[in-house]
Amino acid sequence: MKKIAPGLAWLASGVVFGAGLSLSGMISPRKVLAFLDVAGRWDPTLLLVMAAAVLTPMIAFRFVLRRDNPLLASKFHLPTRRDLDISLVGGAALFGVGWGVAGYCPGPAIAAFSVDLREPAIFGLAMVVGMFIGDRPG
Amino acid sequence: MEGFTPFAGLSGGVLIGLAAVMLLALTGRIAGVSGILSNAIHAGSGSAERWLFLAGLVAGALLHQWLTGVQLPVRTLDWPYLVGGGLLVGFGTRLGGGCTSGHGVCGIARFSPRSIVATVTFMTCGIVTVFITRHLLGWPT
Repeated sequence: MKKIAPGLAWLASGVVFGAGLSLSGMISPRKVLAFLDVAGRWDPTLLLVMAAAVLTPMIAFRFVLRRDNPLLASKFHLPTRRDLDISLVGGAALFGVGWGVAGYCPGPAIAAFSVDLREPAIFGLAMVVGMFIGDRPG
Repeated sequence: MEGFTPFAGLSGGVLIGLAAVMLLALTGRIAGVSGILSNAIHAGSGSAERWLFLAGLVAGALLHQWLTGVQLPVRTLDWPYLVGGGLLVGFGTRLGGGCTSGHGVCGIARFSPRSIVATVTFMTCGIVTVFITRHLLGWPT
C-alpha cells in the first residue's frame, strides 16, 4: 500500500489537471493563440484560467504547508532560489516565442493527445529533443 | 470553444489549481509539467510516477470530453511550425526552470520573484511573437 499510494496520487493529480486543461479550453492551441493575439480577435479566456489556477493554490498552499511533511512522502520539495539571472529570463523568453509559434506549452501539448495524434506527437517529440539539449551539462 | 468562455475557463482553472494542491499535499512536489516531463524522460528514480502523471493528463482530458460529449477541433498546422515551436518550448523551459504550470501557476501562488519574472517574460514574448508572425509575416498559425 505504501508503494502504490504515491503512484496513485501522481495519477490522480494528472487526471484532475488534464480535465482542467480540457474544460478550460487551453488544450486547443487556437484558443491559446487567440489570447496571445491582442491585435486580432482577442479571447481573454486564458487570463481567467490563470487567475483561477493561481488563486486556488495561493489560498490552499498555506494550509498544506502548515504540516511538517506531505501525506505520502517524507518532505516537501520546494524551489528555494530567489535570484534573477540571465538563464531564467532568456529561457522564459525562448519558451514564450515557441509558445507563440505553435500555441502549445508542455501541459496542453501532452493533454492534446486526447484530441489528435499528429500535432501533439510532432510538437512533443521536438519538445523532448529541446529538453535534452537544455539539460545537457555545460 | 470559439470566443470568450469565462465560466469554463474559471472552472477549468480551479481544477488545474486543485491538481497542484493535491500533488503538493500528497507527494510534496510542485506540479510543473516541464519539470515532471524532464524527470520522466531522464529515467531516474521517480520516473515511473512522473509517467503516471503524464498519462493522467491525457486520461483526465479524455474523461472530460467523454462526460460532456464535447468535440474539440483538430488543427493541422504544418510540421516546421510544430518542430520549431517544440524545440524552443523544450529548450526554454529547461533553461528557465519551468513553464506555464510550474512558474505561472505554482510559482506565482508561492509569490516567487523568479516565477513572476519568468511569467511576465514568457507572456510578453508570446504576445510579441504572435503579433510578428501573424500580422507582419502572415504565418498561418
